[in-house]
Amino acid sequence: MRSEDRDDRLVIAGREFKSRLWVGTGKYKDFIETQKAIEASGADVVTVAVRRVNITDRSKENLLDYLDPKKYTILPNTAGCYTVEDAVRYARLARAAGVSDLVKLEVIGDERTLFPDTAGLIEAAKILIQEGFIVLPYTNDDPVVAKKLVDIGCPAVMPLAAPIGSGLGIRNPYNLKIILETVNVPVIVDAGVGTASDAALAMEYGADAVLMNTAIAGAKDPIAMAEAMKYAVHAGRLAYRAGRIPRKLYATASSPIEGML
Amino acid sequence: MKGEDIEIRVNGEVRQVNSGQTVADLLRELAIRPDRVAVELNLEIVDRQEFERRGLRHGDRVEIISFIGGGNSQSSAVSTQRMGFALTADC
Repeated sequence: MRSEDRDDRLVIAGREFKSRLWVGTGKYKDFIETQKAIEASGADVVTVAVRRVNITDRSKENLLDYLDPKKYTILPNTAGCYTVEDAVRYARLARAAGVSDLVKLEVIGDERTLFPDTAGLIEAAKILIQEGFIVLPYTNDDPVVAKKLVDIGCPAVMPLAAPIGSGLGIRNPYNLKIILETVNVPVIVDAGVGTASDAALAMEYGADAVLMNTAIAGAKDPIAMAEAMKYAVHAGRLAYRAGRIPRKLYATASSPIEGML
Repeated sequence: MKGEDIEIRVNGEVRQVNSGQTVADLLRELAIRPDRVAVELNLEIVDRQEFERRGLRHGDRVEIISFIGGGNSQSSAVSTQRMGFALTADC
């Protein structure tokens, strides 16, 4: 098992987390809903994007007013960055604005799928790791790329299940399983989760955590979905650790024949 | 004593400020808490401890950055409703 066993806590780069469900903060109706959904999810890591402060409309509230930094680990991402230069710039700004060296690194390669540009991702990761960042890379389902990211110093990898916001669930479970066997760092399935069973499946395959945003924020009842996801991730993890029965083509009776009339 | 007005850019917008104003002065004027933002001045990040000391000059480009709600890059991806196949959770 890649993550430490004590109380089955998730450990990444020396940091311990209770929850294996990580959530994004985008696409909600308002900050109140964001806060309620995050609380219902039980998540203790939340991702945020890095953007210009709105200086013309000063009445706009601040997301950070709704997220207690003592309760949550804020994980800034480089969402919207399509080049190495931009991703590195945004990561540096995130560190300057925030409180830690953690960054979820996104270098996007394509507008329609939002798949990562893995070459750019590796390049940006190298630069940031050298500058002391703790880089959690949003990557694809290629085990070769996942291994490269770990080899250059990423303490975890975040392979996508499916395109961001697509709700398709795990599109390539075989590759995900290979990644889980290939790397010896935590694997956080990120992007594309649609509903609770997708999250449970990810955990049953052996993923260490799941990150989602649209699956919750875009649900008809986000707060209810957040709660569903909390249970799904927990159930999936318990099932994984419990060791499932094998799949068989034919039946194996559960009751003895002895004593039949 | 009021200094001359100089022109700078803040978050892409042109702005007049007094010459001799510091980054910290600008943040105060904008009612922005310094502990929640990063400031980039002419593509260089200004350390928070330098806000009070760093003066602004004519033509400076200032970016004031903070965190907003976001999970992953904003999606403009094709809607799944356009796909005709049934989805199964199968492995």
